[in-house]
Amino acid sequence: MSKIREELNRRILVLDGAMGTMLQRYKFNEEDFRGERFKDWEHPLQGNNDLLSLTQPEAIADVHRAYLDVGADIIETNTFSGTTIAMADYHMEDLVYELNYESARIAKKVADEYTAKNPNKPRFVAGSIGPTNKTASMSPDVNDPGYRAVSFEELRVAYKQQVEALLDGGADILLVETIFDTLNAKAALFAIDEVREERNIDVPIMVSGTITDASGRTLSGQTAEAFLISVSHIPILSVGFNCALGASQLVPHLEVLASKTDNAVSAHPNAGLPNAFGEYDETPEQMAAQIKEYAEKGLVNIVGGCCGTTPEHIKAIVDVVAKYEPRKIVVPA
Amino acid sequence: MDNIKAKYLKLSGLEPLVVTPESNFINVGERTNVAGSRKFLRLIKEEKFDEALAIARHQVEGGAQIIDINMDDGLIDGKEAMVKFLNLIVSEPDISRVPIMIDSSKWEIIEAGLQVVQGKCVVNSISLKEGEEEFIHHAKLIKRYGAAVIVMAFDEVGQADNYERRIEIAKRSYDILVNQVNFAPEDIIFDLNIFPVATGMDEHKLNAIDFIKATKWVRENLPYCSVSGGVSNVSFSFRGNNPVREAMHSAFLYHAIKAGMNMGIVNPTMLEVYDDIPKDLLEHVEDVILNRRDDATERLLEFAETVVGTTKESKVDMSWRQEPLQNRITRALVKGIDEFIVEDVEEARTSVDQPIEVIEGHLMTGMNVVGDLFGSGKMFLPQVVKSARVMKKAVAYLLPFIEASKQGKSEAAGKILMATVKGDVHDIGKNIVGVVLACNNYEIVDMGVMVPPEKIIAKAREERVDIIGLSGLITPSLDEMVFLAKEMERQKFRVPLLIGGATTSKAHTAVKIDPQYQHAVVHVNDASRAVTVVGDLLQKETSESYKTSVKADYNDFRTKFLNRGKQKEYLTLNQARANKLKLDWKVAEIIKPNQLGIQVIEDFDLKKLVDFIDWTPFFRSWELHGKYPAILTDEVVGEQATELFADAQAMLKNIIEKKQLKAKAVFGLFEANTINDDDIEVLSKESKKSLIFRTLRQQLKKREGVPNIALSDFIAPKESGIQDYMGVFCVSTGFGIAELAAAYEKDMDDYNSIMIKALADRLAEAFAEYLHKEVRTKHWGYAANEGLSNEDLIRESYKGIRPAPGYPACPDHLEKLTIWELLDVKGKIGVELTDSMAMWPAASVSGYYFGNPESKYFGLGKIAQDQVEDFTTRKGISLEMATKWLAPNIAES
Repeated sequence: MSKIREELNRRILVLDGAMGTMLQRYKFNEEDFRGERFKDWEHPLQGNNDLLSLTQPEAIADVHRAYLDVGADIIETNTFSGTTIAMADYHMEDLVYELNYESARIAKKVADEYTAKNPNKPRFVAGSIGPTNKTASMSPDVNDPGYRAVSFEELRVAYKQQVEALLDGGADILLVETIFDTLNAKAALFAIDEVREERNIDVPIMVSGTITDASGRTLSGQTAEAFLISVSHIPILSVGFNCALGASQLVPHLEVLASKTDNAVSAHPNAGLPNAFGEYDETPEQMAAQIKEYAEKGLVNIVGGCCGTTPEHIKAIVDVVAKYEPRKIVVPA
Repeated sequence: MDNIKAKYLKLSGLEPLVVTPESNFINVGERTNVAGSRKFLRLIKEEKFDEALAIARHQVEGGAQIIDINMDDGLIDGKEAMVKFLNLIVSEPDISRVPIMIDSSKWEIIEAGLQVVQGKCVVNSISLKEGEEEFIHHAKLIKRYGAAVIVMAFDEVGQADNYERRIEIAKRSYDILVNQVNFAPEDIIFDLNIFPVATGMDEHKLNAIDFIKATKWVRENLPYCSVSGGVSNVSFSFRGNNPVREAMHSAFLYHAIKAGMNMGIVNPTMLEVYDDIPKDLLEHVEDVILNRRDDATERLLEFAETVVGTTKESKVDMSWRQEPLQNRITRALVKGIDEFIVEDVEEARTSVDQPIEVIEGHLMTGMNVVGDLFGSGKMFLPQVVKSARVMKKAVAYLLPFIEASKQGKSEAAGKILMATVKGDVHDIGKNIVGVVLACNNYEIVDMGVMVPPEKIIAKAREERVDIIGLSGLITPSLDEMVFLAKEMERQKFRVPLLIGGATTSKAHTAVKIDPQYQHAVVHVNDASRAVTVVGDLLQKETSESYKTSVKADYNDFRTKFLNRGKQKEYLTLNQARANKLKLDWKVAEIIKPNQLGIQVIEDFDLKKLVDFIDWTPFFRSWELHGKYPAILTDEVVGEQATELFADAQAMLKNIIEKKQLKAKAVFGLFEANTINDDDIEVLSKESKKSLIFRTLRQQLKKREGVPNIALSDFIAPKESGIQDYMGVFCVSTGFGIAELAAAYEKDMDDYNSIMIKALADRLAEAFAEYLHKEVRTKHWGYAANEGLSNEDLIRESYKGIRPAPGYPACPDHLEKLTIWELLDVKGKIGVELTDSMAMWPAASVSGYYFGNPESKYFGLGKIAQDQVEDFTTRKGISLEMATKWLAPNIAES
């Protein structure tokens, strides 16, 4: 049994909070994003947060440390947009392998420092695999519903490259997250399964969908249970939801997952819903109070934060869940 | 461990579908299947995706919990259609809320489908048909794509058709999937093959009960899996009798569901509530389904008649006679009913000013409906030919009135000359194409068979035809077509030339005919395509562009074809001879025939041939494709095939009872030895003559260890000192056919005229098969103990062969002259040879008998110039003549 599975049986694990929110605090300008290496790049680079792993690696490492300091068990690599498809906006397709590799390496190095300091609390690195900016089962053109901007095969190839680089860089877990189109996620899972077979490894996989609004469905229209069924064909560590909603809005959907899956359940909600200025203003205490409900109901095994969450939020969550038993899961033989 | 979840089949569209033991039977919608719904097929072909989506929506609204989507059709790009349709479905939340069943026999279509659907689908289907390796490969991928799978009870040997085979294949498939592929057992759904019962054949009696028993076994012994199937198959024998069918479906489902069948394809409108089935009907139906008594089928058939009588859908429903005139005429044409046509046409005639208006109005309106239905695959060839019969009768009735009113003829869409070329006597295909074109308002100038080129040219000028269509079945006809194309070019013709017939091909047309004529040349081998091609050629708007594109297409095809041909490597004739098939004559078992010499059979009893008929080619000649007897229950053409078969049986009975056709045969068994590698010397004691058959040897370079064969290799060479033997034969069942066909044609009955010719051809083949058997077991007697069923005969699983000149092993037709001389065929039974070596009457078969157990059928393939020259010398003919006759087999140098 892998280390993480052992830990999951023992307690509720805590995932880190937002990377983007923390990086905003640095107020990096175009020049900072470019660094020395990309000072002559022909296209604007500000906003390409994944690139900071190459141009501002210390900042990335510091964000990781900030979350590990408050007790996060799992930190996510800075690779949310690390595919050729998402990087096409910056014309940085050729850098995808390096971006993922370096991001994983930075996270792993920091996590190992903390594990060494306290071997009783091992820390894990989850390679973050985002949804890309294209959807395989919806048409961007309302007048041509049969059109698709990206194919399964293109996604599979792109994800496979990201997965290989994340693993090479030292990721312990692969986290397919913010799934708004299940077909994209299936392409990612397909690629991961290929890599698992080719390398003969048993890397744990976390799958996390996104319920977009009060309809209770993913953007591509699936209910929570339909989503669960659609991603349960290969062995996974956990299934859950993140982003779009605050912690309390996720409860009914987590209840569906918790009652219908044999795997661990994860949740990393936003710090509430965005206010009129697009900012998340739920305080750590408010958020932790809602997470307490998850723990009381025995809904989750892994919990953390998405947009708007900070080390303060994560600390509050760590403190709350420490008092509760994890949701019971069936460990695969 | 209280959290452990039971293993249920879970599927998803936008919403989940979880199949638990408490679930009701899962109903799969199947109208979105091009193989099962002609309407859906037409919509997809015409790219009317909106309407096709409406069918899918209707299914879901009607309660389908899964929709099956199938795009397997030869005329559509299945992969493209599957992806396009699925992409559209996914955009319709009211459809895509249910899971999708991706249905195809082609893996690439299945995989393309899996790549565009986010939910958990069902793949329909995979099986062990192509072996374990492919099965495992596909299963692994299906698992990786995240779908459940239907496994057909089919393996390398064939489809499971009894209880033992069903469970054997299910068990083996399950074990491989669960143990080797790690496939979730709850994601496995078995399709255990539902076959028809009450077909009248004993071997079908257990079809339903075996399925039910196998279902029970599978559900009890293979944990967590499901069982599915297509229910309507079970009642195929009762097509047309819906009350009985509905009762059969319900009774079958009642028992199958009890045994554990938990999903399937059922048309909800074809289902009676089990408890509402009248008790007596239910008893008869269950007797059949459960095979409770030996005479169950007969009893149900009898009972079914009474059930028909009590329903609205009475077989002798004459209510259509009350409808308006045009409806009656259209219906008569569509249904091919000629009973009232004269009456109706007369009524129409009195209602118009000029009799011609009946043809241009009433009749053409009806024929347009026929054309549309045929074009969209809703009518089949035999029906169209029947429609034409009605049309012809109507026109014949009107002609005297039209002439009396001194009007010109009706304006046809175009005039088409059709002829079977000089030396060839085969006209079934030509007649079918002619009839179908006539149905589409083209005027046909049919010149019949064996038409010399100068007559075709003269007639085409005289009649000012718009198109010339040439047909032929034997290989020398190909040269006749080339010659005619040259003549048309020389005489500055401009009209398009159509090429058709069994030996013609796009390759030959493109390579040999097209370059001879600078105007359009099109190869058309079936009647439905002929209509579109002729339409494209003659319609002003499309004509020029179509001609240009055809010319370019053939040019392109030709270039590719010729390039491909050049890569082949040929041996010299001497090398090929050195690599001949070397049988060990010292140990060869050569049996002296019981009766050497020539025998004649006069007026053979046709009845004895019925069991020897291979029906599959009969259906093919009517453009109904599929194997007999499966074709009778085929989902698409089954109904038509059954009707055609019934007509054929009726005619066959008549032919036999009234002795309308005469069957004759002449055959001989002779001492024979191979001389000079490729020749066979035959000694006829009666005529004290020795004759020589010249055989041809394969020259294409073979793999190491594979010989270059000639027929002479199957006979012991003279120098071995061993006496060997061979046989020669000619059979014909064509005597009397010309008169019969002429009588039908006179009666405007193309349907029966074509039918009688098609039947005579089958009888001739059956006679050849029968005689071969008699020769093997009696006259020659080398296989005195063989006990082969008719099916084995059709599969040619006996010892020895009967190759025929003009066919692949000996494509040279000239050897027929030697057969004729050796047997005195013309003198003994009256079958003649035309200039092109076609036999007359056409329903004849001639060939050789080789008895050696090592002898087998093979294709000569292409030969090189050195063999042509050698053949010339051996045969003592000119090089020009040899080249002419061997042309189709001479390799491009």
